Amino acid sequence: MTDTAPAIELKGISKAFGPVQANKDISIRVMPGTIHGIIGENGAGKSTLMSILYGFYKADAGEIFIAGRKTDIPDSQAAIAAGIGMVFQHFKLVENFTVLENIILGAEDGRLLKPSLSKARKSLISLSEDYGLNVDPDALIQDIGVGMQQRVEILKALYRQADILILDEPTGVLTPAEADQLFRILGRLRSEGKTIILITHKLREIMEITDTVSVMRRGQMTATVKTAETSPQELAELMVGRKVLLRVNKEPATPGDVILDVRGLRVVDDKGVERLRGIDLQIRAGEVLGLAGVAGNGQSELLEVLGGYADGTGSVMLNGTPLDLSGKKSDGQSRRARGVAHVPEDRQREGLIMDFQAWENNVFGYHHDDRFNSGLLMDHAAIRADAEDKMARFDVRPPDPTLAAKNFSGGNQQKIVLAREIERNPDLLLIGQPTRGVDIGAIEFIHEQIIALRDQGKAILLVSVELEEILALSDRIAVMFDGQIMGERAADQTDEKELGLLMAGITDTENEHSVAEVEANLARAGGDARKEV
Amino acid sequence: MDVMPKWAEVILVPLISLLLAAILSALVILSIGEDPIAAVNLMVKGALGSTYGWGYTLYYATNFIFTGLAVAVAFHARLFNIGGEGQAMLGGLGVALAALYIPWPHWTLALIGAGTMAALFGAVWAAIPGWLQAKRGSHVVITTIMFNFIAAALLNYVLVNVMRPPGSMDPASARFPEAVHLPTLHELLAPLGIAFSKSAPANVSLLVAVAACVVVWLLIWRTRLGYEIRAYGHSQPAAKYAGISPVRITMVTMIISGALAGLMAINNVMGESERLVLNATEGAGFIGIAVALMGRSHPVGVFFAALLFGFLYQGGAELALWTSIPRELIVVIQALVILFTGALDNMVRMPLERLFLMFRRPGPPSPTPETEPKPGPRSAQSESAE
Repeated sequence: MTDTAPAIELKGISKAFGPVQANKDISIRVMPGTIHGIIGENGAGKSTLMSILYGFYKADAGEIFIAGRKTDIPDSQAAIAAGIGMVFQHFKLVENFTVLENIILGAEDGRLLKPSLSKARKSLISLSEDYGLNVDPDALIQDIGVGMQQRVEILKALYRQADILILDEPTGVLTPAEADQLFRILGRLRSEGKTIILITHKLREIMEITDTVSVMRRGQMTATVKTAETSPQELAELMVGRKVLLRVNKEPATPGDVILDVRGLRVVDDKGVERLRGIDLQIRAGEVLGLAGVAGNGQSELLEVLGGYADGTGSVMLNGTPLDLSGKKSDGQSRRARGVAHVPEDRQREGLIMDFQAWENNVFGYHHDDRFNSGLLMDHAAIRADAEDKMARFDVRPPDPTLAAKNFSGGNQQKIVLAREIERNPDLLLIGQPTRGVDIGAIEFIHEQIIALRDQGKAILLVSVELEEILALSDRIAVMFDGQIMGERAADQTDEKELGLLMAGITDTENEHSVAEVEANLARAGGDARKEV
Repeated sequence: MDVMPKWAEVILVPLISLLLAAILSALVILSIGEDPIAAVNLMVKGALGSTYGWGYTLYYATNFIFTGLAVAVAFHARLFNIGGEGQAMLGGLGVALAALYIPWPHWTLALIGAGTMAALFGAVWAAIPGWLQAKRGSHVVITTIMFNFIAAALLNYVLVNVMRPPGSMDPASARFPEAVHLPTLHELLAPLGIAFSKSAPANVSLLVAVAACVVVWLLIWRTRLGYEIRAYGHSQPAAKYAGISPVRITMVTMIISGALAGLMAINNVMGESERLVLNATEGAGFIGIAVALMGRSHPVGVFFAALLFGFLYQGGAELALWTSIPRELIVVIQALVILFTGALDNMVRMPLERLFLMFRRPGPPSPTPETEPKPGPRSAQSESAE
């Protein structure tokens, strides 16, 4: 250890929400000019800790030292004054303001805007140059891509003279190319002496960019290690508390007959925008087709139309018989009757009724089944028994069918949905973001279930924004961009780089492409859609 | 939601709200120089002290059970049916038509026939706003309010121009024939040897109301339709995902809600006035909203809340009769109860929740999923891969 004071030091921070201890006696030291990663499963307490640091919550106990001085942070103003800048997962930008206007928002001096604007312009240009941020001060937020929006957030913090930058899950909405660019910028900020705290659940990012890393588990800091002296395997074990399989074990697929045959599928949304522009794809029995793409490029619409709750045009054959894409026979009930099961992308909004108890959710969508009803009334005893059985088989914790869905963790909620859909023995499983907001331990289990279903000879359409997940599970990968399929690759003959270019709408994957080119393409088409997600 | 035990949620919160309303009402009564204790005594005696008082209390409660259930059913689908008043008025029209123009051999058949008409008229009156909501997106709150005015105007027209007996100066229908007279509690209880006030209006409709509570409970918590209504009410995207048609649920729910509100007419029109008069509903449609709020949209809660409001109505009338407390102040007191139990619910709930949290913290940690040990040996894993 050197003599310099740490940029941030937390001592014994604790915070409880009612009976839940979100943070328990947490201490960290982050030295200036380093990138410190905080990694942990969902609900481990990372966000709570950062919220305390940024003045959103008050800690029940503990002290915060900034550059060696004990500091109280009662609100975000105080955090900014102490030199802390935060880049949230969901950006806090005014869509119809320019970059410049967004930067000074809340930091205007005087009643007139003009002096602040011209002052800000000067410092913005120099900041932008110093750190290679490459941002146009006069562009409207709604016209620029997500990657650039994120850089505006970083600029906002820098403009407020932040020395410490906290980034919360910054790569969630980025393509691999954009993520790489972000990491280059973070590296540059580090070399200029800034201190960066990176909150993420992605091991790869931690290994790639951080100097030191702290692992959180169930509200406690389980370890702080030098990144160079650890491995992804070790970190995963620290996060989960036991040995974890990071790779999915699977045999090569043995595809059978074509189960799903989609041709020229188009979807126009309420606003008249064409979200799917002629999709062709096929899925055979016993294979997983992964659909990669930046969120908002039509994947959700594809799932919705196949799941029966959005109208479309074109031709979709299931087991050789056409599916109705609009009208009376095109709803969730009819699809289920045809053997299509659907694990929706947003389980909390669609897949579950959060206020319903687990057993009630267990029949959601299948509540008309004979075995769950006796005459006019629902057979609660049968539904409960079935729920108990499924919860045991899918290892839902706690295995209490009378607990409301909202009281389960993300991973266990997903298991409830999966159990409901997989146990129906469907011909086709549509599965969107199977592990979003799911902890590593449950990810492993969910992946195993998907592969097991494939090996039973089912067709699976997997949509995920996590490229790693797509690569690990899929047999074939199709990439969507702006409502179209950009290309299809065999999973074992492609890599993140190639898929990343396809995700940005660049089909010429042989040649080198600049980040600027990727960005321009995304901003032109996919960028707009991404903001809605 | 799960912060408080169920008994606190269901009993403590309304009780405290009621207490607050009572205290404030007492202050109001004090400020005009009357004795609040005496006023409470008078209310209790007037509403519950005799079978006459009970007869009125139960009569009002019957009205409120029907309208309260109507609002409650719609609440489960997140539809705010404020049109109970208009639907009950139309129900009255249905009852009057059935009673006046069909020769009924016996009151039982008349009750079934007129009840069906009442429910049908109420249902149609709610179905139109329901359709406008489901198909056109016109907000049901706005349209049901407007339909209350249309109902009042329509009834006015019908009573003045169509149904008024020739020569009558009164905007009311003719008296119903004797055959459709519903037995009052006096007549029902007399064979059992129980003496019940002869002049109180409570009648056999009370039993229909109680039966309606049971049916609504079965509907909401035991049938597939109720399941779909609740699912739709909790999350519309989820309902869509499950293949539950929003149009169907909106329409069906509004129709059931309107039918319940319309059914109230068997009590006030058929059971009490025995003819259709202007403003027969006397605001019961609006009280139904407070009743449903206070009863947490649960039939049992609705039943007790309706009893409470029946007591307030009857007790209030006694108060107006025997003290110098003006009628308007009694309305103020009733309004205070509505305000505290309905609108200001969270004012009581939030501090109470905090209180419960405070008491819980030092105790043993409750088994929330976050504190449950998560990972561990997973024996079920191999089976589930089947």
